[in-house]
Amino acid sequence: MTAIAEKPSTGGSLFRRPRATTGPASWFTTVDHKKIGILYFFTAMFFFLVGGLEALLIRIHLAGPNSSVLTYDQYNQLFTMHGLTMIFFVVMPLGSAFMNYLLPLQIGARDVAFPRLNGFSYWVFLAAGIFTYSSLFLGGMPDGGWFGYAPLSLLGGDPIGQTVGTAGAEMSRMIFYSIGLQIAGIASLASAINFIVTTFNMRAPGMTLLRMPVFTWMTLVVAFLLLFALPIIGVALWQLMFDGAFGANFFRPSAGGDPILWQHMFWLFGHPEVYILILPAFGIVSEVLPTFSRKPLFGYTAVVFSGIAIGFMGWGVWAHHMFAVGLGPVANAAFGLTTMFIAVPTGIKIFNWMGTMWGGKLRFPTPMLFAIGLVSLFTIGGLSGVTHGVVPHDYQQTDTYYVVAHFHYVLFGGALMGFFSGAYYWFPKVTGKFMNDKLGKLHFWIFFVGMNLTFGPMHIVGLNGMPRRTATYPEGMGWELMNRIETAGALLLAVGVLVYLYNLATSLRGPKTAGADPWDARTLEWLTSSPPPAHNFDEIPIVQERDEAWFRKYGSTHEGEPEKVPAGASQDHRHEPGQDHAADVPAEAAEPDPAHHEPVGESGGHAAIHMPDPSWYPLIVAAGMPIGGWGVIFDSTILIALGGLVIFGGIAGWVLEPSAEETH
Amino acid sequence: MRAGRPRRSGLIGWALLAVAMLLLAGCANADLPQDALSPEGPVARQQDQLWDIVYPIAIGVFVFVQLGLLVVMWRFRSRGDDTAIPHQLHGNTKLELLWTIIPALILAIIAVPTTRTIFALADEPDDALQVRVIGKQFWWEFEYTGEEGQGVVTANELHIPTGRPVFLSMEALSPQIPDSVVPGEESDERNPQSLDGVIHSFWVPKLAGKQDVVPGHVRTMYIEADNPGRYEGQCAEFCGIGHAVMRFEVVAHDPGDFEEWLTAQAEPAFDGQSGLAAQGKELFETAGCIACHAINGYETSGGGAAGVRVGPNLTHFASRSIFAGGLFDNSDAEQLAAWLRDPQSVKQGAQMPNLGLSEEQIEALVAYLQSLK
Repeated sequence: MTAIAEKPSTGGSLFRRPRATTGPASWFTTVDHKKIGILYFFTAMFFFLVGGLEALLIRIHLAGPNSSVLTYDQYNQLFTMHGLTMIFFVVMPLGSAFMNYLLPLQIGARDVAFPRLNGFSYWVFLAAGIFTYSSLFLGGMPDGGWFGYAPLSLLGGDPIGQTVGTAGAEMSRMIFYSIGLQIAGIASLASAINFIVTTFNMRAPGMTLLRMPVFTWMTLVVAFLLLFALPIIGVALWQLMFDGAFGANFFRPSAGGDPILWQHMFWLFGHPEVYILILPAFGIVSEVLPTFSRKPLFGYTAVVFSGIAIGFMGWGVWAHHMFAVGLGPVANAAFGLTTMFIAVPTGIKIFNWMGTMWGGKLRFPTPMLFAIGLVSLFTIGGLSGVTHGVVPHDYQQTDTYYVVAHFHYVLFGGALMGFFSGAYYWFPKVTGKFMNDKLGKLHFWIFFVGMNLTFGPMHIVGLNGMPRRTATYPEGMGWELMNRIETAGALLLAVGVLVYLYNLATSLRGPKTAGADPWDARTLEWLTSSPPPAHNFDEIPIVQERDEAWFRKYGSTHEGEPEKVPAGASQDHRHEPGQDHAADVPAEAAEPDPAHHEPVGESGGHAAIHMPDPSWYPLIVAAGMPIGGWGVIFDSTILIALGGLVIFGGIAGWVLEPSAEETH
Repeated sequence: MRAGRPRRSGLIGWALLAVAMLLLAGCANADLPQDALSPEGPVARQQDQLWDIVYPIAIGVFVFVQLGLLVVMWRFRSRGDDTAIPHQLHGNTKLELLWTIIPALILAIIAVPTTRTIFALADEPDDALQVRVIGKQFWWEFEYTGEEGQGVVTANELHIPTGRPVFLSMEALSPQIPDSVVPGEESDERNPQSLDGVIHSFWVPKLAGKQDVVPGHVRTMYIEADNPGRYEGQCAEFCGIGHAVMRFEVVAHDPGDFEEWLTAQAEPAFDGQSGLAAQGKELFETAGCIACHAINGYETSGGGAAGVRVGPNLTHFASRSIFAGGLFDNSDAEQLAAWLRDPQSVKQGAQMPNLGLSEEQIEALVAYLQSLK
């Protein structure tokens, strides 16, 4: 079931599949979910630095009134790109990084269902990032906000000029946004389908849905959200592109279009998007808290179903981004109510996490601190979210810094704290090494304090009447002090990032001392070696319990006082891969020769472990997309044709290449 | 070592909590010109009353969760010598039901007054003063459309009487500068798309929350001020490069003073200039100003209804105290001169072109503008 049972075919030499398992080519052609996860992680961290630098420039500019550090035009580009970058090129791909790496390991699979499609997702995401940032060198970055409200996003921010494209066919710089995000959406859509099929079809024997780790569950919910949300924004972006590049009239009022249509479509995607960003972090925390409390997750079923409930209810709250648009009292009342009540499933999670810690034996290494940080900070974001549901007062709050504070508590205090928790928690699994815990704690405290200094005062300055997205503010409004504190906080956060990067760089050079299960953890990925071999598990585990790894160590996860099962006591329960022979084989050496491996246990001991071969075509198909995009912007039929040729040529190669290299 | 860590985190947590409480409690400040928590009229007050309900509840939950976290972290911290495995508790249905139902009940309590106020604010008040509001890039235009003061057009300043609701009908338009600003060559041909405005949002925090102004739609809201005074506001929906400086003021008068103001504004422009101001009057036509700015009663003025005019109506320019999106002081001749010299350098994104005026011309135009009481 897990070994892809493809018959070796006899393809021509043109379509021979690449075989490199080390070196740059192995990364460009990889279809290994672990390598792809690592690529996602480092690319997202790179964009995190870019987006963070943009935020830092914004904060330095806003440190005082009537600032002239940036021009208004530069400011508008920076706040637009900060939002776009952090959402589409940092938090979403960080989620993908963890999902890619962990999903197959957590369900006891050897890879995802469609390995080449998985590589394709990564390369398309990278292409989208490169395309969007190419605007910096091609006439200016998008300047109409990540929300891209039409008709401003069609006209351009400056009524006098500032467009991109060739003479006679100028268009708003937001064309880079509409095309760039369409490309990014293709990546996420492919991932979503991949993760859904993987979760449903490739679970190890015994891994029923309600035995899946919560992170896997949240991955599944997120994949469904992506599957349904991305087509909506895809259509909207397509329309925006046609309005902007080809003179269509979906959103232009003078031609019978309606700008409100864009807002509905954008937020019908945009609100589920918020849960796409936060649910993976919720999943991570639901793994970390039980491990360091040495207790199972309190109310597993409630946490899973509240995640599903959030996934459903997330579709019914989009218009709370539009309370001031004037949808009328009935719509506003309805969406106000749904907005308040989506707090219920979120509250369930918070209380269940506290219940998990209650009665435990809490240890506080870095991942645990970040996880508790999420619970604490997300609560603040959740509570300010409830106040947005009080519609008449939201008329005051909306489009002020109060909202900026709210969603940074959700996305920085929530999503990012969760991802950093996960980054520290699974680092030993990915590398076999430990992050430096002292530096990690320093990182946590700098982030915790810096984040509250940066975003806490925004609540106040927003309620004191400071609107968001404003490139400057006058003196005498009473906003100076708070803005200065916020800037100090942002600088502190930058120090925290440096501490993390230093820790990452030095820890990567450290000794491999982690072993398979350094945290005494509970889920399947801790059964295999660190780092795991290319095929993940020498023998697919047979799952008997929800916290299978814990169960194998301590015999029972049921109520009562468990005692450690002595090694060798039970044939069923003892699989300690740290002592298995295969775990000693370095991962790279284990991959290329399938004949080397032991037979796959669960499939009856017939077939060798057959892993999917690498391929160049995911990269090639992805590379065609930005080429076509540039063609649209620069009105170049040649570029469009070239992009199309690369895409369809790549797809042809993808189809025609042998499903595996000939066996010897 | 293990015992020390939670204590430190506890202390910092407490300190942060105390700071947060203090900051939030001291949040409302009526001295701040745009404080959203200091209502000065019935609309803002109704909105603020809901905040007074939801804010203490939110703080209560905040304290409960944060304190709970600290207590749990302290009480269940692992001691170095304790290797026993804790009780593997999987959940507690009663507890979980409790923390599902209680938050739902609290939210239901908040929902009732919220819904009531939503509908209350949507009603059109009786006997309201009617004003048409046009959001342009990047300033606000106000036209009195009711029986009183019909045809009075002003910019950046909305004058209202106290104690009476003012009903606003709001549109967004962005007329473009004509291809030629040279008088006589003004073309009537306008690209219909050029009239498409962008979305703005009308916000005077002390009088009312926001209402977006959406091109292709007419949006309505009402405001009311209790006392005479100047209430600052600004555009709250990102509308392009000059969004941050799209500021304005609502000026509330006693009803008698308001009538007086409105009567004066309905008069045609002052026409008796002499000397420098008379030169400026002539320049106003020849230098191109008249292509975009209307002056009522000006004999060669092309007129032009509010809305389709590119620039503000200047009939009573000198009676206003701010111009260019509320950035500058009308009475300051130097600020006016700087604006005429190069608009973009003092207000980024301003649509008024640099007409390349000489210093003498600028001086004359300033004198003329300041004569338009």
